[in-house]
Amino acid sequence: MPSASARCLPGILLLVSLTFVTPAVRGQESPYIVTYNHYLEEPGNLEIEYFSTFGTQRGGNNFHAFWSEFEYGATAWWTTEFYLEGQTTFNESTIFTGYRWENRIRPLKMEHFVNPVLYFEYESKNGADKILKEVEGHDVQADFLLPNAEARKEHIHEVELKLILSSTLKGWNFSENVLAAKNLSNHPWEFGYALGASHPLAMKASATRCTLCPQNFVAGVEMYGGLGDRHSFGLKDTSHYLAPAIAWNLPSGWTLRLSSGFGLNDNSHRFLLRCGISREISGFSEMVSRIFGGRR
Amino acid sequence: MKEYIAALSAAAALLTASVSFAQQEKSSHYKYQGDARVYADLAKAPEKARGKRNPFENYPDAIAAGQNLFEQHCSECHGKTGDGSKKAPSLRAEEVQDAAPGAIFWVLTNGVVRRGMPVWSKLPEPQRWQLVSFIKSLGLPSPNSLDKKSP
Repeated sequence: MPSASARCLPGILLLVSLTFVTPAVRGQESPYIVTYNHYLEEPGNLEIEYFSTFGTQRGGNNFHAFWSEFEYGATAWWTTEFYLEGQTTFNESTIFTGYRWENRIRPLKMEHFVNPVLYFEYESKNGADKILKEVEGHDVQADFLLPNAEARKEHIHEVELKLILSSTLKGWNFSENVLAAKNLSNHPWEFGYALGASHPLAMKASATRCTLCPQNFVAGVEMYGGLGDRHSFGLKDTSHYLAPAIAWNLPSGWTLRLSSGFGLNDNSHRFLLRCGISREISGFSEMVSRIFGGRR
Repeated sequence: MKEYIAALSAAAALLTASVSFAQQEKSSHYKYQGDARVYADLAKAPEKARGKRNPFENYPDAIAAGQNLFEQHCSECHGKTGDGSKKAPSLRAEEVQDAAPGAIFWVLTNGVVRRGMPVWSKLPEPQRWQLVSFIKSLGLPSPNSLDKKSP
């Protein structure tokens, strides 16, 4: 029986070759890690992303949660994304916690003052999931105290719907997300929110290509938290975070993101340090089509 | 193991569905190659948008900055020289070169989402105008290059 690392090797090689050998394009990525704006992936492009969250835990072990995203622009109005996620709880173990399949659809053809995007997601994860990609219902930091060995026994199948509203005005982006999530095992609908504002450090592009120019940086702030569930809607027993964030869009096609989240009440983790690295690969659909003998 | 198979099946289903969808959409792009209707959205720009002046009109640096932006965001579909590709039409066509700068800016801002052109309002307004400066500087293709292209 081959070891886990040997089994993963072909996948890792494919990912590395996709990332380094294929042509990259530079996106103008936002700094948000939780909040979504209305900009979708360019059609035919694949963005490979890796994110990491380090969180402090009151009365328990700190954790490092991580996930990979494969974000694909199926059309200019539909982006689909696949996630694989895991976590390490210090002094405990490292485990795979599940996967997600997310879809974002832009219903309106043109740009408006407020631009809606509809979001549908299916999650198959276990109870040890700690990526905090969203905060919903009565999610509180004490939920993470359960040891991994116990928490992973719970299997969660969840659907999540979001309404994403986003506006861009004089270089500012303002995004508001409201979410409703339903654990399919007879749990009530849970609600949450995420808000974000961001602005590039420079509005004009410089005439020379540069790595450290202010136009390559976008700074912003996010706020996100839970809003209870169908039976007890509101802020009681919910957690909330405020997170300044910055994105650095490198001319080589890579994007780096850094965000430090601060818990706003006793139900929240005190501190969440998040970072991400991503690269957009152009012409992915054509590449796959060629592999399967499609039209050139 | 069950989880692993489920994750793989979901990934395969996702890949198949989205790639086939993208390919289907693209086939309609091929249909529009050489068809003036592909530029119809330029004419849809409202009068007010069309009348906007490019604030970088007399700034030579804007063309160089616009070229950098074009290489990063547009050349993948429109080609390095703006002559178009299988994915997107030429920007050196008469319809584009004769269009008002405000109309090009309007299309950049709003995209032509149903035909695969993304919305570029995520670029700040001055950068979109720098792109317009570059696109306008491309000019019409020379007669020689047209001869070479004809069958």
